Amino acid sequence: MRKLLTSLSISVVVSLLSLGSAQAAGDAVELKSVSWKHGGLFGTYDRAAAQRGLQVYREVCAGCHGLGLVAFRTLADLGFSEEEIKALAAESEFVDGPDGDGEMFERPGKPSDKFPSPFPNEQAARASNGGAYPPDLSLITKARAHGDDYLYSLLTGYTDVPADFTLAEGMNYNAYFAGHQIAMPSPLSDDAVEYADGTPATVDQMAKDVTVFLAWAAEPKLEQRKSVGLKVILFLLILAAVFYAVKRKVWSDLH
Amino acid sequence: MTTTTPEEENGVKRRDFLYIAAGGLGAVGTAAAIWPFISQMNPSADVLALSTTEADLEGIEVGSEVTVVWQGKPVFVRHRTEEDIQRAEDVDLAELRDPQPDADRVIKPEWLIMVGICTHLGCVPLKGQGEYGGWFCPCHGSHYDTSGRIRKGPAPLNLAIPPYEFLDDNNIKIG
Amino acid sequence: MSFEPKNPVVKWVEHRLPITGMLHHALYEYPTPKNLSYWWTFGSLAGFMLVVQIVTGIVLAMHYTPHVDYAFTSVEHIMRDVNYGWLLRYMHANGASMFFIVVYLHIFRGLYYGSYKAPRELLWWLGLVIFLLMMATAFMGYVLPWGQMSFWGATVITNLFSAIPLVGDSIVTWLWGGFAVDNPTLNRFFSLHYLLPFVIVGVVILHVWSLHTNGSNNPTGLDIKDKQDSIPFHPYYTVKDLFGLAIFLIFFSAFLFYAPNYLGHPDNYIPANPLVTPAHIVPEWYFLPFYAILRAVPDKLGGVLLMFGAIAVLFALPWLDKSRIRSARFRPIYKQLFWVFVADCVLLTYIGGKPPEGAFIIWGRIATIYYFVHILILLPLVGLFEKPRPLPASISEDVLPKKAASGETANA
Repeated sequence: MRKLLTSLSISVVVSLLSLGSAQAAGDAVELKSVSWKHGGLFGTYDRAAAQRGLQVYREVCAGCHGLGLVAFRTLADLGFSEEEIKALAAESEFVDGPDGDGEMFERPGKPSDKFPSPFPNEQAARASNGGAYPPDLSLITKARAHGDDYLYSLLTGYTDVPADFTLAEGMNYNAYFAGHQIAMPSPLSDDAVEYADGTPATVDQMAKDVTVFLAWAAEPKLEQRKSVGLKVILFLLILAAVFYAVKRKVWSDLH
Repeated sequence: MTTTTPEEENGVKRRDFLYIAAGGLGAVGTAAAIWPFISQMNPSADVLALSTTEADLEGIEVGSEVTVVWQGKPVFVRHRTEEDIQRAEDVDLAELRDPQPDADRVIKPEWLIMVGICTHLGCVPLKGQGEYGGWFCPCHGSHYDTSGRIRKGPAPLNLAIPPYEFLDDNNIKIG
Repeated sequence: MSFEPKNPVVKWVEHRLPITGMLHHALYEYPTPKNLSYWWTFGSLAGFMLVVQIVTGIVLAMHYTPHVDYAFTSVEHIMRDVNYGWLLRYMHANGASMFFIVVYLHIFRGLYYGSYKAPRELLWWLGLVIFLLMMATAFMGYVLPWGQMSFWGATVITNLFSAIPLVGDSIVTWLWGGFAVDNPTLNRFFSLHYLLPFVIVGVVILHVWSLHTNGSNNPTGLDIKDKQDSIPFHPYYTVKDLFGLAIFLIFFSAFLFYAPNYLGHPDNYIPANPLVTPAHIVPEWYFLPFYAILRAVPDKLGGVLLMFGAIAVLFALPWLDKSRIRSARFRPIYKQLFWVFVADCVLLTYIGGKPPEGAFIIWGRIATIYYFVHILILLPLVGLFEKPRPLPASISEDVLPKKAASGETANA
């Protein structure tokens, strides 16, 4: 039994380590590491930061990046009231229809709508952005390795171009972007937004806030997942203990 | 059991307790694990979010009817004539299988708004047919009157009235 | 002993369809060696994982749309809107990994204790068939979310068939139902992904049937000689397996609830784009050793043949292993070689996940050559020349002395 456990745990550790490093291959630059409130076994999303992050997304990112998988109604998770969500949704126009005459028409957004995309299609997006395609941000923190840290590092990673680096026309230097040439110019600058709660809108603060918001957008069920997980694992520990006792009992009459 | 010694009985009891505890925990765990598999078949969050429909009444002539979709079901919006209303109100409630005065079925008498699903087995009744000037279900022959009440045939209940409100004179919100 | 039901209803049914008796024999009275260790738990765990995958899969299929325009968003719909959809989808995705972990341990246990040797050759073959079907199912399942890794994984793996001389390209076109991986491919992969698990169930039934014909192997590798050596499956192994299941579920839950994307790849959260290949395309971890073998050969057809050969040679194992003795416990040299082979497979897994450059290429080749050397050369030779340690007279003799003189020294 002990031998089994030892060899099992050794093989698991070895293979997980090898996997971890396998996945990390290609991360040439070490990312800035932030201790996120939603990290760890019990972490939950920082509601205030996520609400500020929504503001950053709407005022800064939404000009080019969609959030097409996130419905307005789900903002209730972040502590927005039904009225706030209705008002927020109504700020965007959506094409709906056809009506009784067969015509499409525009109407204000409803909570059941998803965030609108700034461009009608990928071609239009590329045409407006010098050939680059601003990706939809719904899953961005899950679509990049160590997504939270990556996003924060990227947003705060615009530095001067090193002397020995040749930057292509229309590109920007970013320490954390693969190849260091990114089409998106530094999106954040101090006081780019004015926070309602009075938090100073530094680049660092905005980068953190929008990361928390987008982390929520990518994994909205994180809190439910962790809380169910805790209960399940505690239950399984008890179950295993009882099953072990039964096993001992049943096998005891064998010898 | 009369021949067992107290010691043996004690051992048997402890063992029984363990087995019951294990079986009980196993059953609880299995039941809890099954729940998500059942719950997933219920309407998902996006479906629930679409539970209201708005309809524009302007342009629906007196005596005509449109069908709007609410929660995936047809809702009949009937602009009733004076005669329709009169017929509906004059009925003796004692004759009805599912007695309900017409006034309880409308907010404004000229607008009859109801779920267009036969209460028998879920077909959509046809308008302007049947013996009572209302609707007739072609599947199994249920007749509804101008208030959508069941009058003849196998259906047990009147056509259902969805929750709705008038947003203004010409717009309603269903759900 | 034959099964005689007391309940009149069961009796009535039993007389017409002896299914209760069959189950009674298989799960209750099945005489099992009394010395099975926890390594023997992985068989029933594999069966459990097959059920988990089928049940979660059927439920996911109720919400999934197999169309290139909707597949990705329908998966996200499951993750965001369906009640407990996130749980079911993570269960299915991580469940695939858990299934492979359990099956790999099951296979290595069979290798260590010589479970493939006569009279269990067919049992071993059926197990390998299950393994192949699992790989096909897992591969097609990974395509369904229609992310970048789905698309490019499908492209690369189906292109393996283009290595076949003359008809290769026609076969690939046939597999795709078009001139690239596209909607017809996704549709047929969905259909087959739904079908194959039930084929696996069928082969599992044959696998268990074959197992019960000659009985389970055991850590000594000895056959059951008399009643002393065996115990009924129930309650001894049912409770032991249930305890093993509870421990395994804790391990599963740790991934499911706290690192559900650890074993996946971030690129698969990017919708498939037929015009852009991701920078590092890597299969799921359970394919990495075979991927490493594929890449070890600088020749298209050669790489493909060697990769399939890596599994094909396993079918020949019962005849390649010349040893009269099953269990590695009594085979001092084979025992060492076994662990070197395990290390080699771990190394192949590691290399498979690395980019094919520099030292990784060299090590990949060395590990690949060793894989085949072990099976094709070392295994037959060791069986011929190795001097085995003395065997205990019976299973029960092996179990009993342990109490007096601790451990295997008693046999030495």
